[in-house]
Amino acid sequence: MKNSGNANQADPAIYRHPTSLTGAETLWASLAGEGVRDVFGYPGGAILPAYDALRKFPIRHILVRHEQGAAHMADGYARASGRVGVAIATSGPGATNLVTGIANAMMDSVPIVCITGQVGSKVLGTDAFQEVDITGITLPITKHNYLVSRTEDIAPTIREAFLIAKSGRPGPVLVDITKDAQQNSAIFDFNAAAPEAYRPHPMLRADAASIREAIELMRTAKRPLILAGHGILQSNAVAQVRALAERTQTPVACTLLGLGAFPASHPLNLGMMGMHGESWVNQAIQQSDLLIACGMRFDDRVTGTLASYAPHAKKIHIEIDPSEINKNVAVDVALIGDLKDVLDAMLPELPAMDTSAWREAIDAMKGDAAVRDIQNLPDDGHLYAAHVMHDLWHATGGNAVIATDVGQHQMWEAQYYKHDHPRTLITSGGAGTMGFALPAAIGAKIACPEKEVWVVAGDGGFQMTASELSTIAQEKIKINIAVINNGYLGMVRQWQERFYDKNYECTPLLSPDFVKLADAHGIAGATARTRGEAVAAIEAARQHEGAFLIDFRVEQEDSVYPMVPAGAALHEMIRRPQSKPRNNPLVETASDA
Amino acid sequence: MLHTFVALVENKPGVLTRVASLFRRLNINITSLTVGESERADVSRMTIVAEAAPDRAHRMMASLYKLENVLEVDDVGRHSAVVRELAMVKVAAGPQTRAHLFELAKVFHARIVDLAPESLMLEITGGASKIEGLVQVLVESNYKILEMARTGRMAMRRGQHTSRVLEALREAPSSQSVLAGKPKQATAG
Repeated sequence: MKNSGNANQADPAIYRHPTSLTGAETLWASLAGEGVRDVFGYPGGAILPAYDALRKFPIRHILVRHEQGAAHMADGYARASGRVGVAIATSGPGATNLVTGIANAMMDSVPIVCITGQVGSKVLGTDAFQEVDITGITLPITKHNYLVSRTEDIAPTIREAFLIAKSGRPGPVLVDITKDAQQNSAIFDFNAAAPEAYRPHPMLRADAASIREAIELMRTAKRPLILAGHGILQSNAVAQVRALAERTQTPVACTLLGLGAFPASHPLNLGMMGMHGESWVNQAIQQSDLLIACGMRFDDRVTGTLASYAPHAKKIHIEIDPSEINKNVAVDVALIGDLKDVLDAMLPELPAMDTSAWREAIDAMKGDAAVRDIQNLPDDGHLYAAHVMHDLWHATGGNAVIATDVGQHQMWEAQYYKHDHPRTLITSGGAGTMGFALPAAIGAKIACPEKEVWVVAGDGGFQMTASELSTIAQEKIKINIAVINNGYLGMVRQWQERFYDKNYECTPLLSPDFVKLADAHGIAGATARTRGEAVAAIEAARQHEGAFLIDFRVEQEDSVYPMVPAGAALHEMIRRPQSKPRNNPLVETASDA
Repeated sequence: MLHTFVALVENKPGVLTRVASLFRRLNINITSLTVGESERADVSRMTIVAEAAPDRAHRMMASLYKLENVLEVDDVGRHSAVVRELAMVKVAAGPQTRAHLFELAKVFHARIVDLAPESLMLEITGGASKIEGLVQVLVESNYKILEMARTGRMAMRRGQHTSRVLEALREAPSSQSVLAGKPKQATAG
């Protein structure tokens, strides 16, 4: 997959013997030394010395169309592979364009390293052309950041940045490098530049006594639940969580970012919790007498109002970040440490538990919830997004990597695409960043070229980063794109319908003909207006050699159910009305109008 | 309640901003923040006093530790500690009123560090209540305070040692070498 122009000309001896290199060469040599094979970036004045040296190193550079895309691609790359993603931009606007992507990675604890060029150290602080204080701007949205103005500091800083990005609770790290630091030369000594061992957070605490306390709570629990979060993926604790669930026969509820961390088809898996979680999951949480939270942070989107959250439950919180303990929900036992290590210590001690009555009770709740299942609604000839998700899941055997954007389609995907495998759902959870899906999918495909990768985006979010279609075309990236097109900013419209008296202010959305837009980029596409067309289009996309876009014209005023309104308790869900949804004209596009 | 933390941080540019920014992000007001040199040239010492609900101490401490430049945090407010503050107070005073001020200074263990024809400067060290006591007496005695500068609190735990100090004591052959540092550099900015 390597660009022919990027043939490795760097002498591997530079890693064995200290060698004089320019800062630009040092940057790439350090990245390559850290195992980086792909970077996402956009050149510009202050980063030009680095770009000039790129061809000497075995690194593939994907030219993005906007730096936000570069950060999201690095993010998707990291989520799909578990490796650190890298984004590169120039100073000033190039750097500020990364900001949304960095904040997104911070909220979801994704390890990325962003490299930005900076004006020369002699003019720092003078409002030089394209100067911006990017370390100041990104201070609260990075795990750490650096301003490097000396060539000899580049290698140790890059190496430390990688260590920080992926250690402990992962997160984004930004390294801002002045132009002169890139241009000057210094001795490159990769081994001497190795960082000190990572300093674990001093407040980690998962000692034998705490573990015993947790085991005691489990021994007496009658209605236990495991809450499975993103930390399971970050900590590579998928097998441990599965063992925990199976040995104690404890049902598992997943957060949005935890989907895939426990197989969706596993008999103990209940599905997603939270604002748009399955009704039986939320009810089970409210009835539970023991929550075992694994690598999740009791985000407001999963708890509903805190005052009435899981009122009967003791809580065990296994979490690597001590600042998350008792932040939103007071817990009874905190096991603060790496989830995998903590569970490894717990597994031999697990008590025998009989949960059969509890599981039967949850099954009974599931039966009741089936009335909301959109698949039981009559086929009125219209296409529902939930049907599309179901058909996509069916066609791909649940094996595809799906990058979703933010909004209604994201929730439908979470509900109807059954993720059996870790790292197959890539979505913006904490930040809720529209425009994430397309670039994140590009990053995922570059990281895992052997995987089938799909973008699932709404018509609104897709247009925020649709310029990356050019990136797909230029880099010949085979991904499939599902635009869930309802002609509205759907989730906002749903809130307007519910809470703002159907005042659809500024949510109807005129879009281009997405198939023609794809065609303009040399990307194939199809429009689907019925379920039959949808199934055929999904198959056509899968068979097509290059990238393929499907414009799914779905029911316009459909809503995501169940829904826990803001300020309500988790079990106070709005359910799908049993009457048939309104018939609406299909989506109008610019070309139809 | 008032929380008092001592944080040992790397002596590097921008560290103060990171700490201050953290409190801003947590929406917690910093009552006082002092930064200066410590016994190690590469480590600065901060005393942070912040007003927040009692149950927020854990989060503040855990969040401080998440900053890569923070080496050690101690919630000294929860322990027996010496807490001191230095204040300089410039008071309008002519030859007639000086004598009374000299007396006040003596009672409060303050020092007269500057004397001008129409003013004098008091320097006082102590706990916040002592300094506030002096100020109150000055005001109630109708003295005009021309200027006042307070350093904010500095704190050090009594007897009990932090893990880092214990480590240093273990490693050091004698107490003398514990305190032997390199030449001092500029403090964190």
